[in-house]
Amino acid sequence: MSDTATSDYDLDEEFAVKRTPIQRLQMTLHRYPWLSSLIVLVVVVLVFGLVNERFLLPSTISLMIQQTVIVGTLAIAQTLIILTAGIDLSIGAIMIFGQMLMANFAVYTTASNVLPIAGQNPWISIFLGICAATAAGAANGFLIVKFNLPPFIVTLGTWSVFMGMTLILFKARTIQGPEMPEQMKLMGESFPVGPFNFSLGVVTMFLLYLLFAWILKNTAWGTHVYAVGDDPVAAQLTGISTKRVLFSVYLVAGVVMGIAAYITIGRVGSASPNVDPMLNLQTITAVVIGGTSLFGGRGAVIGSLLGALIVNAVEMGLSLAGVDQAYRTTAIGLLVILAVGVDQWIRKVKA
Amino acid sequence: MTEPIVKGRNLVKRFGSVTGLNHADFDLYQGEVLAVIGDNGAGKSTLIKCFAGAHTPDEGEMWVQGEKVEFKSTHEAREHGVETVFQTLAVAPALDISANLYLGRELRKPGFFGKVFRQLDKKRMRKESGEHLQDLGIMTVQNISQAVETLSGGQRQAVSVARAAAFGSQVIILDEPTAALGVRESAKVLSLIQDLKSRGLSVILISHNMPQVFEVADRIHVQRLGHRAAVITPQTHSMNDAVAIMTGALQVPENEQTLSPVGSAA
Repeated sequence: MSDTATSDYDLDEEFAVKRTPIQRLQMTLHRYPWLSSLIVLVVVVLVFGLVNERFLLPSTISLMIQQTVIVGTLAIAQTLIILTAGIDLSIGAIMIFGQMLMANFAVYTTASNVLPIAGQNPWISIFLGICAATAAGAANGFLIVKFNLPPFIVTLGTWSVFMGMTLILFKARTIQGPEMPEQMKLMGESFPVGPFNFSLGVVTMFLLYLLFAWILKNTAWGTHVYAVGDDPVAAQLTGISTKRVLFSVYLVAGVVMGIAAYITIGRVGSASPNVDPMLNLQTITAVVIGGTSLFGGRGAVIGSLLGALIVNAVEMGLSLAGVDQAYRTTAIGLLVILAVGVDQWIRKVKA
Repeated sequence: MTEPIVKGRNLVKRFGSVTGLNHADFDLYQGEVLAVIGDNGAGKSTLIKCFAGAHTPDEGEMWVQGEKVEFKSTHEAREHGVETVFQTLAVAPALDISANLYLGRELRKPGFFGKVFRQLDKKRMRKESGEHLQDLGIMTVQNISQAVETLSGGQRQAVSVARAAAFGSQVIILDEPTAALGVRESAKVLSLIQDLKSRGLSVILISHNMPQVFEVADRIHVQRLGHRAAVITPQTHSMNDAVAIMTGALQVPENEQTLSPVGSAA
């Protein structure tokens, strides 16, 4: 371009525009989508800490983190999917399916066991459980990519399918902790870290968060996940195979759900098909409060950990303050709406 | 007569019962700016999307740099040196400028981290994007990690053009690059086109804006009813003639057309 000097001048002018503090805050939050949830978490912890000093006890904080581990791990899978502008309602059902499969395979004994080929090595059982969850995730991906069906509908269907299959195959029977070999409950083993108490499951969850934060930031696949969620047509036109990216996201999410299944057995101490029917909505709550946009392409996996922790901190804080369960549920609901409102406001940022 | 750098013969593309291209021919020569004009539905976009790899023609043949090609994706077109700036710009708004420039062809770190962990070389991508943008005189380097959605329309266009020009491409297709821009920003894009030409690149420009077309184009391909109605130049014909050809009011016999590059004997 011939008028280089002119265009540079224009830009300088544009960037020298004075912004109000509010606008600057909006810009910063826009740049770091997890920042608002970090601020909320700090405020929540401080407020409840002032209200009730038991809230800040290391044992309370340890318990809070332990309680986050199932939703927190599943939220990684949900974040990946929501980043592509999808959603996974079957996430809890797949996790329970994987969990029941690994537990049933690992049980050596007795008439209560419904699988004729059960009694496998626990490590093989765990591996099979993770494979089953991966296959389930891949099945979601296949239906969404191959037949161009909306993720909401596909996973609404597979939610029931996997729940039904769990009941058909494993007869709705809870495998009690003592029935299972110790390796199955390994993720529940805890150890002290300073004044805190962490379980192996918590450590695994943290490692998974670090791993996926790194992958999303530092690999082409990560960039493509954002690009596909942001504008699938544009991504396709730049030569990205959007179908491959989408399918791989559901597959990888399945792997994470499988690992979450193993963590859940450790955390709960048994394998039950009735863990929590609301797990899918809880993970979506965590992701949304964590600043990831339901419209795709925006957000960070680390925000979902913060989101899950916020939900737990609010629950814990209110219950320590003696607030009734019904009010706590209401509070979480309002928090979700607030989070989406803030997300909309942040997205309106202007150059 | 020199061989065209991009050539299409007898191209047909149907969408269900609608015929987008009806035995269309196309020639682009090395180093020229060829404008493609035509009424809505004349098949301009369909035509260039075939060369961009976004459409695959049902019939007909295409050549790029003398080699017969069949593009099944924009990726394949790129590999043959044909880059396209789509009307929608094909940028991911939430990603930053350098991520957008390298979208779909990211650079990996050399050595262990790049090979085993497939780690991206963000530093190099930022540095080189900055250089590409500066080459075109578009932007100062410190803004390179800005999200594209915080840029103005003209700046986004510039990022798209820079992406098309940055990777040793031979042919750049611009689909309505000024349609969404103001006067000042349009002028910048036009000078960008001149700049691409002066670097020896061949440019296909689709536009509805006659004054702009007559300002920058060497030759003008007039598309009508799915095929090439005529090829004229701003010197041989007026804007009114162009409109008349577009609407079918004027037929130009082949010996009055400019089917070979401007400056060579017809």
